[in-house]
Amino acid sequence: MCLAIPGKVVELLKDRQAIVDFMGVKKTVAVDLIDNLKKGDYVIVHAGFAINKLDRRQAREAIKEFETLLGDDKPVR
Amino acid sequence: MKHENVTLSMGAGGKLSAELVEEVFLPAYGNKICNTLDDAAELTIGKSSIAFTTDSFTVKPIFFPGGDIGTLAICGTANDLAVKGARPVAISVGFIIEDGFPMVNLKKIAASMQKAAASIGVKIVTGDTKVVGKKEADGIFINTSGIGATMPGMCISCTRAKCGDDIIITGTIADHGIAILNARQNLDFEPVIESDVAPVLPIVEAIADYGKYIHVMRDPTRGGIASVINEIAKASRVNVRLYENRLPVKKSVISCCNLFGLDPLYVPNEGKIVLFVDHRKTEDILEKIKSVPEGENATVIGKVLDTAFSQEIPPVHIETALGTRRFVPLLDSEPLPRIC
Amino acid sequence: MINRFADPAIGKRILEEIRRFGGRATIMEVCGTHTVAIFRAGIRDGLPETVNLVSGPGCPVCVTPVETVEKAVRLSFRKNTTLFCFGDMMRVPAANGTIESAISRGASVRMMYSPMEALEHARENPQVDTILFGIGFETTIPLFASVLMRAQEEDIRNLYLLCAFKLIPPALHALLSSEDAEIDGFMLPGHVSTIIGEDAYRFLETRYRVPAVITGFEPVDILKGIAMLIQLIEKGIPEVRNEYSRFVSKQGNPKAQETIHAVFTECDASWRGLGTIPASGLALKNGFSRFDAEALVDFDIPAIPERPGCLCGEVIKGKKKPIDCKLYGTVCTPSRPIGPCMVSSEGTCAAFYKYAFVKKRGNHET
Repeated sequence: MCLAIPGKVVELLKDRQAIVDFMGVKKTVAVDLIDNLKKGDYVIVHAGFAINKLDRRQAREAIKEFETLLGDDKPVR
Repeated sequence: MKHENVTLSMGAGGKLSAELVEEVFLPAYGNKICNTLDDAAELTIGKSSIAFTTDSFTVKPIFFPGGDIGTLAICGTANDLAVKGARPVAISVGFIIEDGFPMVNLKKIAASMQKAAASIGVKIVTGDTKVVGKKEADGIFINTSGIGATMPGMCISCTRAKCGDDIIITGTIADHGIAILNARQNLDFEPVIESDVAPVLPIVEAIADYGKYIHVMRDPTRGGIASVINEIAKASRVNVRLYENRLPVKKSVISCCNLFGLDPLYVPNEGKIVLFVDHRKTEDILEKIKSVPEGENATVIGKVLDTAFSQEIPPVHIETALGTRRFVPLLDSEPLPRIC
Repeated sequence: MINRFADPAIGKRILEEIRRFGGRATIMEVCGTHTVAIFRAGIRDGLPETVNLVSGPGCPVCVTPVETVEKAVRLSFRKNTTLFCFGDMMRVPAANGTIESAISRGASVRMMYSPMEALEHARENPQVDTILFGIGFETTIPLFASVLMRAQEEDIRNLYLLCAFKLIPPALHALLSSEDAEIDGFMLPGHVSTIIGEDAYRFLETRYRVPAVITGFEPVDILKGIAMLIQLIEKGIPEVRNEYSRFVSKQGNPKAQETIHAVFTECDASWRGLGTIPASGLALKNGFSRFDAEALVDFDIPAIPERPGCLCGEVIKGKKKPIDCKLYGTVCTPSRPIGPCMVSSEGTCAAFYKYAFVKKRGNHET
């Protein structure tokens, strides 16, 4: 029931909608619940609505931690 | 009587469909041939071994990326024959059409049927058409029945899976179900995901010489590969392990499955075969399958274990990417109605 | 970048760390989506025996009272009406059958993936009353609120809502206030949290002194969440932490919260299996009362008793496992569900039945 998938905003449309790219598959999504959305932002989408934006800094920090765990020093993209 | 009415779930090909067959049809007209519940019946007429099958098509929408109900109607039946190890010879067609159905669509469908049939050298030899009133059928329903000549050396049955067998899938999974769902929901996905509907005869012909080593073949339509593998495991009384890392799924299909909360293991396919083969010949058979375009993405996805089969314990499990295990059960009903 | 959270190599390393944990811990996965994700990723099979995962009440289908489902069934039979409903809800047995079986008896029902579909339907079919069956937690509530706000803007007069939403924090209060709450820590629902924010759970620290970790849904998220919880439990640190920080902030999504408050007001609500929990539900505010589906029919629905022997209430409190229920796997199966935990694909009993190695009572692991 709390199924939500992350995707990347590729185009902002009128009427509080945006086109979001999910691993190569694009879909129109309602963005009523997000302020200041920009092309290139990542959002988490639930039942056709974006419910929040990705905090890239937090994501990068989490991944850095994982990489320490794995013991590899590949740079985080 | 367990159920008072027939429900939608009973048409989905899962446990409830099986119950319907067992509760109503087998008691009414079951016989040794029918009771095997294989995709096609095996008949002996004189000295010839014939396979005979039937299927009805209620797919919605009628036209979808990669094909239409006509393509499905021919490929579905031809494939049921091919996976029984029989070369399709002739197909019959029965139409039930709603009053007002556009002629231009009917012509398109007929053309698709001929194209699919011609591609594997099969003839549509007889047919029937009924037209019913408005709202009495949703557009068009098609039934096709087919007969085929069993190829020498082929002895396919759901009961023949053996310990040590390798399990092969001939290409990516879940394409058809997702293509239909997208078309039905009028979803604006890009790029458009196409159904994999296609005849599998070329694959079967490529491995015809290995008949002795091919124990089971099934086309994983309703219920996806999980359902047919469960049915085979149960019929053969064996346990199966699948490997999550080895499942071929397109990235776009995974994405759509995530968006809809679907598991690709259970989503229908229309141009694929699941094979259980003697592990001594796996490499050779795989090479032959990959030599035809329809089988270029074929891969081994699991094996039959040598553990004891028990009615109480689900026979199919999967080794996850984490290296742990979980069951892959037979679901009661399929989440996507009118998929084929 | 986001795919690293599904990276099995990382998952395996975290699993190794978890396996080094010596003590015992009972962790409640509040959310049904977590229950299924944990099974599907094979995490349950990989955890040490000393880590006991119990399910919680975070399955909206499971906690909706039967009488409410019956209301939806009756609405679906109304003339010139179409009911829009999430898939899982359609198979819950009500007084005389499910919403799905109502279709076989002539009711007009559409399965939806998004409440937006109902708005489109209402717009395109002005002669039909479109009714939304509103179930879900804070993840889903703002969606329905947005749909009603759009309907208000467009002056759509044929859209209605049967309001049956539930709120998570009051449910946690109820669980922890009960006599014998034996939960060492909570795995908190990541997507509910993206709306309400980390701060909404402070009461777990201050009032109940129970550790909790807001957790995402990828295999790596879940394993990390479990690892963090185990550390907190082991060290006796009764704090709330945030594993899902890439999508959950301290304040959550203020715009979504405002949207909810613009349309709904809190009220007491009845949770199937838990009873009435104060301020745990929502009702339409006056400005939106014309969308209320309850005003369309004079409901006179008697209480519908639970089947004797059904332990769903205990299961969603984490007090009993499905295997403890005499009906589980015998008369109660996914194709013939008796209790809500078996109906919903995210219900604990359904998940166990499908995925767990211990299938029926008295069976052993292969």
